Amino acid sequence: MIKCPENELIVIEKGELLSKCMEMKVNGLRFSQACAAFYEGNYELSYSFADDETYEYKTLRLVAGLDEEIPSITQIIPTAVFYENEMAEMYGVKIQMISLDYKNKLYRINEEAPLLPKDAKAKNAEEDAGGKA
Amino acid sequence: MGNISVVPFGPQHPVLPEPIHLDLVIEDEKVIEAVPSIGFVHRGLESLIAKKDYNEMVYVAERTCGICSFGHGMGYVEAVEKIMNIEIPDRARYLRTIWMELSRMHSHLLWLGLLADAFGYESLFYHCWRIREQVLDMIEESTGGRVIFSVNKVGGVMKDMDAAMLARFSEKLGEVEDQVIAVRKNFLYDKTVQLRLRGVGVLTKQQAHDLGCAGPFGRASGIATDMRTRGYGAYGDLEFEPITSNEGDSFARCQCRIDEILQSIDLIRQAMGMIPDGDLFVPVKGNPNGEYFMRIEQPRGEAVYYVKGSGKPYLNRLRIRTPTFANLPGLCETLKGADYADVPILILTIDPCISCTER
Repeated sequence: MIKCPENELIVIEKGELLSKCMEMKVNGLRFSQACAAFYEGNYELSYSFADDETYEYKTLRLVAGLDEEIPSITQIIPTAVFYENEMAEMYGVKIQMISLDYKNKLYRINEEAPLLPKDAKAKNAEEDAGGKA
Repeated sequence: MGNISVVPFGPQHPVLPEPIHLDLVIEDEKVIEAVPSIGFVHRGLESLIAKKDYNEMVYVAERTCGICSFGHGMGYVEAVEKIMNIEIPDRARYLRTIWMELSRMHSHLLWLGLLADAFGYESLFYHCWRIREQVLDMIEESTGGRVIFSVNKVGGVMKDMDAAMLARFSEKLGEVEDQVIAVRKNFLYDKTVQLRLRGVGVLTKQQAHDLGCAGPFGRASGIATDMRTRGYGAYGDLEFEPITSNEGDSFARCQCRIDEILQSIDLIRQAMGMIPDGDLFVPVKGNPNGEYFMRIEQPRGEAVYYVKGSGKPYLNRLRIRTPTFANLPGLCETLKGADYADVPILILTIDPCISCTER
């Protein structure tokens, strides 16, 4: 029986995302999940990798501003496609170059970024409008 | 090159009543590509953290699915308990494990029946569901529910099984075991079943790993990973090994699930023999402050429960990554090169639960 190792959280910068994902893949870890959360005005993006022999669970944590563009990891980990589409659709995370982009139609929800709090959504919309102007 | 056309599969299909749609790119009778679409019945359960406190969310988590509802409740409360450093009573750990294994049994028996129906064995379908009914009866007797049990709470469980009930269940499990062994023969040695399942939808171990396949779907390709070996609940006290196969085809997936039913019976017997007396729960004070990724082995595979709280009754985030969500890329890969006639069987062999996926 394996004694369950505790989860490991590794905080990374945006520029490290692809190289860290590649490192996990090269080390033989299985991509387990990715998800977004909104916390204290920022996105918290989590990319989790599992070691199927030792049951270690490593999560890359990327904190990003609401208007930041995040590179897609689907070129390295193709199975991340549904997770990234979910992050984009549910929280409005701006993910660039998803290999199969459902364009916010994965879950067919009429509301834009339904899990993002309303005030954050309004701020995001303001910034988008400002950027376009 | 043959004729290439795109054939829609679902969202309503006789073999799979749950709504999933696939655009199948077909060359003559062979599938060369499959693009899935989900989201027909998305319920937004995770958004309810804004309206329900962390204790009420147990009941929301359970309603993620009508088949593996107990596991969803268990995964969620164990994540909260990890964050709050709550050690639940030993009796509660054992009771959770027994209910979890009963859930696995009824889930696998349901799937076996659907598979039998898909390849045209209606009597076998009825037989599997008749066995399943006896498992549901045990669940109903011990929890009061057949679909949603509502026995989990943060800090332990709310219902108990007395010695007389455990003795009755032990006898009942013996009868169920005999019936499963009889059905196993039909599934594993019948020529027609073998013709429909052997060599169909092969996924190698490397492919299953790269595609992030979970549960019996991955174990059938040789990945010996079973979250129960992490030792949550009472699994750390029980003896078992993950059931695997190296064939990686539809037959292997069927074999793994049947053998897992027998393994569940063994685990329940072990748990019944070791269950200690004691309290069912511990009092819980305060609110969760922190985050945790809890992984448990649902009947369909690894499920991940991400819970984040900041010391308030209402959580910041609950995210449930269901096994079917993880198995979709693997499904698309198995469909490539398959005969069009085998598509329904192949979809069934991942044991898809769209209710979970559309949480």
